[in-house]
Amino acid sequence: MSSLQIFRDNTRAWLEENCPASMRTPMVQEEIVWGGRHATFKNPDSKIWLERMAERGWTCPTWPQEYGGGGLSKDEAIILQQELQRIDARPALTSFGISMLGPVLLEYGTHEQKARYIPPIVRGEIRWCQGYSEPGSGSDLASLSTKAELQGDHYIINGSKVWTSYADKADWIFCLVRTDFEVPKHSGISFILFDMETEGVSTKPISLISGASPFCETFFDDVKVPAENLIGQVNDGWTIAKRLLQHERTMISSFGLSKGQSDRGGTTSSMATVEGAAKAYRGDTGTLSDPVLRDQIAQFNIDSEAFALTSQRSVQESKHGQGPNATSSMLKYYGCELNKRRYELLLQSIGSQSLGWEGDGFANEELLVTREWLRSKANSIEGGTLEVQLNIIAKRVLGLPDMLSMANKTRS
Amino acid sequence: MTLNLVLSEDQEMLRDAARNFCQKHTPIKQLRQLRDSRDATGFDRESWRQMVELGWTGMAIPEAYGGYEFGYGGLGVVLQETGRTLTCSPLIASVLLAATAINKMGNESQKAELLPKLVSGELLATLALDETPFHRPTQIATTAVLDNGRYRLNGHKTFVLDAHVADLLIVIARTSGNDIETPGVSAFLVDANTKGVTITRTSMVDSRNCGNVQLDNVVLSADSVLGEPGQAFPLLDQVLDIGRIGLAAEMLGSIEEAFKHTVEYLNQRQQFGVLIGSFQGLQHRAAVMYSEIELCKSAVVAALAALDDPKQTATQIAMLASLAKAKLSDVFFLVSNEAIQMHGGIGMTDEFDIGFFIKRARVAQQMLGDATFHRDRFATLQGF
Ligand SMILES: Cc1cc2nc3c(=O)[nH]c(=O)nc-3n(C[C@H](O)[C@H](O)[C@H](O)COP(=O)(O)OP(=O)(O)OC[C@H]3O[C@@H](n4cnc5c(N)ncnc54)[C@H](O)[C@@H]3O)c2cc1C
Repeated sequence: MSSLQIFRDNTRAWLEENCPASMRTPMVQEEIVWGGRHATFKNPDSKIWLERMAERGWTCPTWPQEYGGGGLSKDEAIILQQELQRIDARPALTSFGISMLGPVLLEYGTHEQKARYIPPIVRGEIRWCQGYSEPGSGSDLASLSTKAELQGDHYIINGSKVWTSYADKADWIFCLVRTDFEVPKHSGISFILFDMETEGVSTKPISLISGASPFCETFFDDVKVPAENLIGQVNDGWTIAKRLLQHERTMISSFGLSKGQSDRGGTTSSMATVEGAAKAYRGDTGTLSDPVLRDQIAQFNIDSEAFALTSQRSVQESKHGQGPNATSSMLKYYGCELNKRRYELLLQSIGSQSLGWEGDGFANEELLVTREWLRSKANSIEGGTLEVQLNIIAKRVLGLPDMLSMANKTRS
Repeated sequence: MTLNLVLSEDQEMLRDAARNFCQKHTPIKQLRQLRDSRDATGFDRESWRQMVELGWTGMAIPEAYGGYEFGYGGLGVVLQETGRTLTCSPLIASVLLAATAINKMGNESQKAELLPKLVSGELLATLALDETPFHRPTQIATTAVLDNGRYRLNGHKTFVLDAHVADLLIVIARTSGNDIETPGVSAFLVDANTKGVTITRTSMVDSRNCGNVQLDNVVLSADSVLGEPGQAFPLLDQVLDIGRIGLAAEMLGSIEEAFKHTVEYLNQRQQFGVLIGSFQGLQHRAAVMYSEIELCKSAVVAALAALDDPKQTATQIAMLASLAKAKLSDVFFLVSNEAIQMHGGIGMTDEFDIGFFIKRARVAQQMLGDATFHRDRFATLQGF
């Protein structure tokens, strides 16, 4: 038997024994485990599942064992993923530490920094937020103006961020700051980490059109941060920032996968697929009776499948440890458009039952569709807008000239 | 025969007055307040009283019944303006749909009794038609059984505009025939307080007013039938077409407003040291929207003109109604999506008004038939 086969057998056996039964049911929104100092576990099995997975480092399967990761090869990690899917296991831990910060720390951090920050990410002990965007710096992220001044062995940080997802729930922030105002904008940015409990940090939630308030304005007023918290070289933060965005975009692109659908949470079988919803609301059993909708859903499912294959291909093609590249922009663009399409089709599929806001007359899962449809509109804005992704594809992948001579100015 | 595709001077004056009124008295802020305070009425009674005073409720009603005979062109112009500010009022339910239904389908005494009250605003009425989450006006399952000279109604209605404040419901029910035939479909005048009528207000994503109506053994006298029993069609279809055209006019106002805000933002927000409106990737899409909106304007003005032109046949009007509703639904979808996208992060915030437009868009798209429904109907009307 090949070693991979042995790995598969062992993994399967371990999962059978260790994944609690309730962790093999579709995820529900309130039970997503984000970790952090103030983590609460609505379902006690979530805690058990997290602890068991974290102990093996399988919350971060390919990260080095030295820092608490699983130390798996790419092929082993794919097998683990397949085996998790086989039993419909929920993600044990969801976090910006895993999807964004960890990978760049491993690439750019010192040994001390990795040893300090990585293990708590793997174990879900520290919850991170992303301090990139500012009121005047969205697509033109590199124009950011939050200021960090070195005073002795500390930086003093002043400025504000906006759209900081979960800033009010996070323990630490990875933050882009300007450490040099005299040089071209890309050359004066640094990447720094600090505790959200530090004096001078405050947050103010902002409501989304979907009614939720997942993001915040974040203010820094003379925040004192040890100089050793700076990652990489001072003034070279843009390199790290861009790399992190590639990881973020790859993560966001997974909204386009049908798996992203079952992770949506709170849905029962009829809403789990668009065709299922369309049939249920028309009382169809075999073929969907509305031929136009049937064609549109088929078109969506075909694109969705082709997209899933493309994501898989991109994982298989990338050499181990190489991580994502400019194709992350293509995946981000396409995945987000697919997710938006999915929700528009769901609205069509369930008709006026998709138009409720709250209360009587609508099932919870119908109201969830409405809210998630609204939330999906942000997919092509967060993590860099769709226009920015298309600019990157045109410029970096196709090598097309930049009419406004904005080379290096976009979030690329 | 060509339709007049420009507004008359009178219509222009009416438009200007309506625009002033809405900007001043019913701005989007009012909708926001109604939403945030979970207002029990769901619209502002004082604004409504003023709309009545301005004559908006009697625009398309004959003088003999207290109206002003200003035509549907006039009502359409007003609706376009209320659409701009997403004004919440009973205009669509009570005036555009219910008063039209009574005017088109009712007998002399029904018209004489009810229309003046609808014009004066003292009576609020609505049309209870849809039964499933989809607009299928010919598929009526609600039953009305004649028994000893009285009708007994049973069924369920959904997506009934302003149901929670309506005094009078026009309930579409079947007196004979199977679920998909038009013969046998009847319209009934039902007092909202009649025993067996249960109205549940539903909270909608666009913060406008709707409800579900449950009918359990509702007993009605024989003279509650609006028009002839079993023969609501084809008149009901004509009523719905007027509703679709009026709704398209309202949608046009909303589309124009969302587009206007978006172009203003392109001219205001800077990134990369330039106005974002200087990026061709956005410019071309804005130019495409402009072109689509030009077609929408023509579709709406033509359909409204047709309603006021006695030479137009019901089929010609039906085609224009489906054309307008399909086109406007598609363009509202496009413009509301682009409006959010082009605003970036701020477009996703509740504090900013643009979100109200995408919420209204999806409700208006589905109301009285979505684009797919109307394309299918259009094809049928064109004989293919
Ligand atoms: C739900 C949500 C969560 C978010 N979470 C976070 C977070 O946790 N941390 C964080 O730092 N940020 C976060 N963001 C912010 C996000 O990254 C920014 O909103 C995004 O980068 C766009 O910036 P902006 O909002 O300033 O829009 P702008 O940059 O002002 O863009 C406005 C419009 O102009 C277009 N545009 C701009 N430049 C060009 C160009 N060169 N060519 C063509 N079109 C262009 C844009 O594509 C967009 O359509 C979040 C945003 C949302 C909506």
